[in-house]
Parts: sequence; C-alpha cells; structure tokens
Amino acid sequence: MEFEPVIGLEVHAQLLTQSKIFCGCTTRFGNPPNTNTCPVCLGMPGVLPVLNRKAVEYAIKVGLAVGCEIRGRSLFARKNYFYPDLPKGYQISMYDQPLCVGGGITIETRKDRKRIGLTRIHLEEDAGKLIHQEGADDRTLVDLNRAGVPLIEIVSEPDIASPSEAHTYLTMLRSILLYLGVCDGNMEEGSLRCDANVSVRPAGEKQFGTKVELKNLNSFRFIQKALEYEINRQAEVLQGGGKVVQESRLYDPDSDTTDLMRGKEEAHDYRYFPEPDLLPLIVDQKWIEEIRAGLPELPLERRDRLVAQYGIPAYDADVLTTTRELADYYEAAAKASGNPKGASNWVMGEVLRKLKEEKAEITACPVSPDRLAGLMGLIEAGTISGSLAKEVFEEMWATRHAAPDIVKARGLTQISDEPELLAIIDQVMAANPGPLAQYRAGKSATLGFFMGQVMKATQGKGNPTVIQKLLGEKLKGS
Amino acid sequence: MSIQLETVRHIARLANLEFSEEELGIFARQIDSILVYIDKLNELDTQRVEPTSHVTQKDQAFREDRVAPSLEVLRALANSPETKDGHFSVPKVIG
Ligand SMILES: [Zn+2]
Repeated sequence: MEFEPVIGLEVHAQLLTQSKIFCGCTTRFGNPPNTNTCPVCLGMPGVLPVLNRKAVEYAIKVGLAVGCEIRGRSLFARKNYFYPDLPKGYQISMYDQPLCVGGGITIETRKDRKRIGLTRIHLEEDAGKLIHQEGADDRTLVDLNRAGVPLIEIVSEPDIASPSEAHTYLTMLRSILLYLGVCDGNMEEGSLRCDANVSVRPAGEKQFGTKVELKNLNSFRFIQKALEYEINRQAEVLQGGGKVVQESRLYDPDSDTTDLMRGKEEAHDYRYFPEPDLLPLIVDQKWIEEIRAGLPELPLERRDRLVAQYGIPAYDADVLTTTRELADYYEAAAKASGNPKGASNWVMGEVLRKLKEEKAEITACPVSPDRLAGLMGLIEAGTISGSLAKEVFEEMWATRHAAPDIVKARGLTQISDEPELLAIIDQVMAANPGPLAQYRAGKSATLGFFMGQVMKATQGKGNPTVIQKLLGEKLKGS
Repeated sequence: MSIQLETVRHIARLANLEFSEEELGIFARQIDSILVYIDKLNELDTQRVEPTSHVTQKDQAFREDRVAPSLEVLRALANSPETKDGHFSVPKVIG
C-alpha cells in the first residue's frame, strides 16, 4: 500500500530585541552563564513582568508579512510545568487568544507554487539552557541567560506533503524573517528551532492518521532526514498491521533514527490559565498600519521583480534573493555595470564561491559592487580577457584594490594593437617553418598551434579575437 | 465527594509533590469543599457576561526595548543550594 505523509511545522524564532520580553536584561548570546539575569527572569516572588513593546512590534511585523489577521485583543497565559530550565514553574505564552491567526507562506515546489497555511503566530518567553553533566557527578547545570528572551511560535497547518516541502517551507520562512530583520535565523545558536507533527495515511485517504511529535529538528540538514525516517517508520508500523501511537520522539542525527521521549506524557497536562500579571494585549489599527507601512519587499516578490526587471533566469533570482543583503549586492552590481546578466554570473560564480570558501557573509565581501562593476567594465572594453579577470578578482579580494590599479600594476592590459600583434605573429611564423608549411598544404588544424604560440609569446595578454583574425590572414600568405 | 483521589494524586505529581495516602485523603476533602463552594457560583446565569481575566481596566503598559543592568552573578545564584562554574546545579534531569 502507498502511504502519503501529512506534516505540520512549529517553528520558534528568537526576536532580535536588545532586552528580554518582560525585563531589561540583555538578550546577548554568549555571555558568561547567569550574567543576563534579574529578579524577573529568575522568577523571584513579588516581581512583575512588563511587556517589551518592540517584541510585540516584531511579532505583528511577521504576522502582516505572512498575511495573518492581527487580533486587536490577545491574552498571555501561563503554561505550567516543572523543569529546571523554567524558574517560575510556568512559561508565559499565549493559548486560546493568540496575537496573529491565519495567513500562509507561499513556497516554490518543483512543479509550481504552493501556499502552506498558518494556524497562528504567538508571543512567548524562551526557557533557560540545561547542561547535562556526564559521569559520576549526576548533576544538571542551569544557565538562565536565555530565560525570558522573546520568541514567536509560528504554527503551520498540516499542509506540508513531503520532507522536501518542509525544507523549502523552512527556508522560505527563515528568509522572510531575515528580510524583516526580526530574527538572525541562526539554527546553530538556537535562534530558529523546529518541531514537526507527522502522520501518514493511505494515499488518497481524507482522514488524518495518528500524529507523532518530532522534537528538536535543529538543522536544515537534519530536518529532511528526520522526517524521512519517521515517515518510513510509521508506514512500516501500519504495513505490519500495527497502530501508530501518539507520542513525542526525538531525532538522533548520529544514528539517523527517532527515539521515544520518555516521561514526558504527563507533562502535556499544562493547565493553561490567563496570566494575571499581564494585562490583555491591546493593539490598535493605527499601530498595525504604521508597521504595515514599514514592511520591506519580501523574498518571493523580490525574486519575481529581479526576473522581470533584469531578465535573469528564475534560478539565479532564487539564489540571489536568499538574503536581503545578497540581493542588495546583486542589484547594486547590476546597476553599476549596466550588465545584469554578467553581474548575475559574477555574483553567482566567483563572489559566492569565495564567500563559501572563507565562510563569510556578503556584508563582509571585500569586493564592493562598484569595484565588481569596474572589473566587468575592463572585460567589456577589451582591456583584459575573461579568464584573466578571474585572476584579477582573486587579487581584488585579497588586496582590496580596484581592478584598473591591479591591471596597471601587473601590466595585465590586453594587447589589441594590430601592428604589435603582427610583429609577434611574424616572429612565431619565422620560428615554425614546419607547421607553416603543413598549414599551407591544407592542414587547417595547425591554426590552433599558432594561436597557442602567439598567446604564449604575449604571456596570455593577447586579445584572442584580434589574433585569430590576423593569423587567418597571415597564414594564408597574403 | 466530586473529586477523585486519583485526580488529587495526578495534580500532586504534576507539581512534583509526594504525599502519604492519609494526606491525599485530607487534601481531597479540602479541595472538594472548595469546589462545592465554587459550584454555587455556577447557579448564576453568566451567559451574557464576558469572562473576567483581569480586574484592572488600565491601558496597555509597555516597556521600551532598553537594556537595564542585570544582577551580579553571585547575587543571582545566592539562593541556590548548590552552584558550579556560575551555574545553578540541580539533580540530574534527562533531556
Ligand atoms: Zn531579567
């Protein structure tokens, strides 16, 4: 029997505020343990949380960008459970009255575009970090620097039909968050975390199967493998006549399997109730419209515009719009060079290759778009050849010098001057009477030999088009 | 009694508390009397009344996104029975 998966994703994104959601502690990553804490985020008795306005603004920004309805009134709730990463014994979250509802994210599949619906986006506080000590100690160490960092949870509808769609959805969502400037999208540092609800059903069946919650899919690489494994596991259970049990499972990248999380069943009884320490969150239409007016162009819109405006292939536009900064770089280079296709080739080729090689971001690219356009201008003017330009690019990267300066200093200017090239051709012909005779006897392939000899004599600086033309004339004996 | 002993045991477990059978019995009776009292309120017709989660009618109270000084780490850890390398140290829990 054929089975088809049904997948919904829950993504937690850390918001890029300076301070925590309910207190003034810094959100800075990497500070010494427990140095970003105060009575509020330590859960001391008698303290009161006060909501960070920026966190609300960012959540609304995301909601508007993905077409959610922003609720005029929403409510914080306490999610109660006992775990050492949670000093208060509850997490302040939202429950039955979230800030944003509905909306959707359009993704590009192999066939066409598909909209993945969203259920809701809500605000909540992050928990602390636990370090489980190995060995005889048998202790768990708690760092509460992260406790109280603002998060949004973005919950999708079960509209995702394959692991690769899940990957595409997550990539697009991350891209949107980066464009909005509300999250740094760093999965390694935990700024973006993903859980999945997965079930399978016989192909064509309308009814959903029993869903399993997959926790901590914290890398783009793992998410696809984890889902593939889990879908196969469930299909095998059903094929063997068994039943899928509703449970939480954890993906282990080392063994490439998912394992049951034990002892958590009872903890699902979260006994939510309205957070009495925080007033209902009231958002007026004026504020929403102000935020809407400040929304940037989003990845998919920009991709379509690049294709229409610059005539570059959809694939190029896809890669170039991965981040706002890369797209900015490309557009600047396209405009400065007046050659959008050439600029796309350079950015997609040499620029991205070097960035990858040095694990650098485009914002740290030592060759500015203007300088890249300058290099492209030299090729167009016939000053240097395309292959020499790649060498010049390497040097621009290393020295931060402009292309014309490098070309001048190294004497790389292409030789297009006909009398100069004719003199060299005469020398080469005089030095190779044998091949010359062969050519004149009708062996036209010898032309390649002469091309090579002349290029060598010019140390690669001869203009190939001019040489070819001159050689054609001279070899014939005219 | 409307509350089951099993429910009391479940709530105690969720709160990480352990009680003797005798204590569970006492709590069940006490919780039950509270519930009976609350049930009295259910006699009122509240169909046309908005649920009240907050009693203040104040406007929104926001803070601006500004960093304020945190506690010194020694003060932050001062109430912890055990610490290690700037961390709270607790009996091992399984992730
Ligand atoms: Zn704090």
